[in-house]
Amino acid sequence: MDEKKTAWERLQLIHTKGRPTIKDYLPLIFTDFYEMHGDRLYGDDKAILGGIGRLDGKPVTIIAEVKGRDINENKACNFAMPHPEGYRKALRLARQAEKFHRPIICFIDTPGAFCGVAAEERGQGEAIAKNIAEFMTLRTPIISIVLGEGGSGGALALGVCDELAMLENAEYSVLSPRGFASILWKDASREQEASEIMKLTAEDMVDLGVAEAVIEEPLGGAHNDLDKISENIKEYLSQKIAEKCQKDIDVLLKERYTKFRKIGAFSE
Amino acid sequence: MFEGFFDVVKKRARGGAEEEYKPPMFKCPRCTQTSPLSRYEELHRVCPKCNYHGRLSSQERIAITVDKDSFKEFDGGMISANPLDFPDYTEKQAEIRSSTGLNDAVVTGTATIKGSPVVIGVMDSRYMMGSMGSVVGEKITRAFEYATENHLPVVMFTASGGARMQEGIVSLMQMAKTSGAVKLHSEAGGLYIAVMTDPTTGGVTASFASLGDIIIAEPKVLIGFAGRRVIEGTIKQRLPEDFQLAEFMFDKGFVDMIVERRKMRSVLSHLLKLHGFAPKEKEV
Ligand SMILES: [Zn+2]
Repeated sequence: MDEKKTAWERLQLIHTKGRPTIKDYLPLIFTDFYEMHGDRLYGDDKAILGGIGRLDGKPVTIIAEVKGRDINENKACNFAMPHPEGYRKALRLARQAEKFHRPIICFIDTPGAFCGVAAEERGQGEAIAKNIAEFMTLRTPIISIVLGEGGSGGALALGVCDELAMLENAEYSVLSPRGFASILWKDASREQEASEIMKLTAEDMVDLGVAEAVIEEPLGGAHNDLDKISENIKEYLSQKIAEKCQKDIDVLLKERYTKFRKIGAFSE
Repeated sequence: MFEGFFDVVKKRARGGAEEEYKPPMFKCPRCTQTSPLSRYEELHRVCPKCNYHGRLSSQERIAITVDKDSFKEFDGGMISANPLDFPDYTEKQAEIRSSTGLNDAVVTGTATIKGSPVVIGVMDSRYMMGSMGSVVGEKITRAFEYATENHLPVVMFTASGGARMQEGIVSLMQMAKTSGAVKLHSEAGGLYIAVMTDPTTGGVTASFASLGDIIIAEPKVLIGFAGRRVIEGTIKQRLPEDFQLAEFMFDKGFVDMIVERRKMRSVLSHLLKLHGFAPKEKEV
């Protein structure tokens, strides 16, 4: 593993051009992938990709936030900032996975849910809330992995799961350090300082009980060896999916609820 | 952070002669017109000019909603720790506790509404803009769990600026924790009425506030996920005045009904009875 980087260094790294996205990982981890489109209510959001494929030969449902690898891809996927129809597509496919007894694998990689007029009009808050609540009781195993950015409610909408893994340099936070600095200190330029106190690294997530695992990245970051990082992700998924599939589903659901139930710090 | 709180304009006559005395005035943040403060207070903080429903403290809300002396608080002594060791957060909370007399941004408990038993939660925007941290998350989760165990309906008055920044990711996780508890209550057949009050935004909108079987809003209150200024920054233009008001969300299909404050208690009582939560036989 790399020498430990600071939170700020990791943020730079995940924003480097060439950081692998779900589109890079898909063919290296899954076979027979078929993408499914649309929420059946409004449209098809390109910021969230969903479909069915095989992991180790067994069918799984894959739901992922999509970052672009260049400006054109980024425009097409709205810089990985989903609209409500993206979250509703995710929920539709998740329920389908439950129906056909397929485990669900979510890949989180978003700066956050899109903040815009159309998103508000179509109920961004309701869409995220619904996913969070419904994923809590879906009767099939769910594993989520944060590939790069785990931005706020837009990430959590794919983040209610039996186990969450972070790529070594990925971050998960309530708000971008820039937004955080601007709200708390009215000074967005203090984002580096914010990133260091916000506790948003992979190790922080494990310490705080938010994540269960850290997936090691190749020296210098995931972009330096796509085959290796894909292999690491696949190995983690194969092991976890097999483990969770063996569990009694009611036990699994109780554990899923408890995982979130115990997060919080207070005294009485 | 407290900007937007109703703006009380107090004008005093200089000379002291009685006919020159001008009463304290209320300036409405929605229509910007002024009215005598006494009139505004008499209406339980409703603007007499435009019907904007101003912010109430949790005590005031409980007093006008539930039966006299029926409220029994849960977890009143719970206070937040500092999960990220965020600089000054512990001290800041102590200050806010003493200045507001509140221990955090939600009060929960059991009560009766015209005799029907309920679990009730009331968020209070005076405490760090009603932001959701560990205490809000835990108290709301416990309230729903209690309601599930005891087959009680939940009435939740929401008011929140969003996440409690100083608790970072722990704050975000309260969305999952509360929504999970709502889901289990729902699966057990429980009735949940969410009442959105001013303002219901951010992580609270994107979790338990939007999960009611029935969603009520007070007139003219702010309801949304993203902040207005964030959106204006994204689209580089001014948004219309009515954007994200209760009536806007009602038109878009996210609110079942808009209910005026003076009718709220009676509407809640009817809805509870329609779901079989009749007044208990007189005990004792
Ligand atoms: Zn007014």
